[in-house]
Amino acid sequence: MIQFVVHEEGDGVGVVVVEGVKAGQTLAGWIMEDDKDVKVQARSDIPIGHKVALKDYQPGDTVIKYGVDIGKVVAPIKQGEHLHVHNVKTKRW
Amino acid sequence: MAMDLSKASFWGYRRENGRVGVRNHVIILPVDDISNAAAEAVANNIKGTLALPHPYGRLQFGADLDLHFRTLIGTGCNPNVAAVVVIGIEEGWTQKVVEGIAKTGKPVAGFGIELHGDIDTIQRASRAAKEFVQAAGELRREERPLKDLWVSTKCGESDTTSGCGANPTVGNAFDKLYARGVTLCFGETTELTGGEHLVAARCKNDDVRKKFQFMFDRYQAVIDRHKTSDLSESQPTKGNIAGGLTTIEEKALGNIQKIGRKCVVDGVLDKAEEPTGPGLWFMDSSSAAAEMVTLCAAAGFAVHFFPTGQGNVIGNPILPVIKLCANPRTVRTMGEHIDVDVSGLLRKELSPDQAGDALLECMLRTANGRLTAAEALGHREFVLTRLYESA
Repeated sequence: MIQFVVHEEGDGVGVVVVEGVKAGQTLAGWIMEDDKDVKVQARSDIPIGHKVALKDYQPGDTVIKYGVDIGKVVAPIKQGEHLHVHNVKTKRW
Repeated sequence: MAMDLSKASFWGYRRENGRVGVRNHVIILPVDDISNAAAEAVANNIKGTLALPHPYGRLQFGADLDLHFRTLIGTGCNPNVAAVVVIGIEEGWTQKVVEGIAKTGKPVAGFGIELHGDIDTIQRASRAAKEFVQAAGELRREERPLKDLWVSTKCGESDTTSGCGANPTVGNAFDKLYARGVTLCFGETTELTGGEHLVAARCKNDDVRKKFQFMFDRYQAVIDRHKTSDLSESQPTKGNIAGGLTTIEEKALGNIQKIGRKCVVDGVLDKAEEPTGPGLWFMDSSSAAAEMVTLCAAAGFAVHFFPTGQGNVIGNPILPVIKLCANPRTVRTMGEHIDVDVSGLLRKELSPDQAGDALLECMLRTANGRLTAAEALGHREFVLTRLYESA
């Protein structure tokens, strides 16, 4: 069963597509662009539709999704953690 | 088996000007806020007519007034409308709207309230509305080629599943419709922020690209002038954030999935402006659902694709809004609002091509007369875009 999807190879985040993901769970992912499988261990509880970090990030890093810049990291994020508004902000406006 | 669109047709109402509608509304259109009461009274008197109340139309000026007239006249001209009764507080602006709609050749009559009062106006307008609704009932649908259907899109209460499921489904359908010479439209100017370079790269030529960039920069200037924060909770909305979208850039990249992979941006429209030929048009517009869909209706579009993630419930009085969703939780908790469930995409149970075909099949059924969820549930949001304060 697919628990998260990744748009493109090289994206640093996956989108959780099932309900009830808990910290510690190993998640099965699908890279949609090239139809490849990928795995990550969740370090946070992550709600459906929210993102899981696929790599470690430091403040100032750029997050890539769809192969494009979606914003800047403002607090350290470890692989498997919940990546959202508490640790990533827009570079615009 | 993939759908063969080369022979696809639908049953629509061919109007006097050659445009084809999929609904047969007789609308009672107020020019201004203070004519709503009379318009609603007429719609109550004459069964089968529809009043379109709204809060504006007084002391507007300049570009904002132009947009007001363009939206009202465009709404009346939409081929989903068979006939129009216009009611305004005074004769002058009422006749301006009547004359704009009359260019289509469809039946239209206008009534000013001053020198008559509400009761006399309601009586006279009701007599006209009765004639119109009885005549509209005798119009028959005829089989028309797919290219006669105009299709717009805008997403709402998006989440991350919109970008990987529902929006690419619209993109798949748009690519297929584009190849058949259908007239298509997308917009949501601020919601391209972070992906504007991708839209610019899809423009047909430098002239179109320049127009697109002008519209994009014009809206960014509005944001810069009025913003008090990074717009978090407005764009992306609080619902978007609850659904997992983090930044405007992420939301924009999901949004842009709606224009598919093959469509070319053939032209650029100002708000509520009518396209002049087939192809994909970008319309400068707000990203607020009801405002944008109202502008699409005013530009003449006959069906609308509305992908949602968290479950926006919007509809429009004259433009059937087809909702699709890839979020299994939304489909489960708000199923009555969803016309096409594409959540199978995220379980690999549905291919993008199958999802696109499911949407196109729903589009044809809707065009042939099947009510959308939003129509059945009575969603008739008619929301005029304002550019600035009244005088």
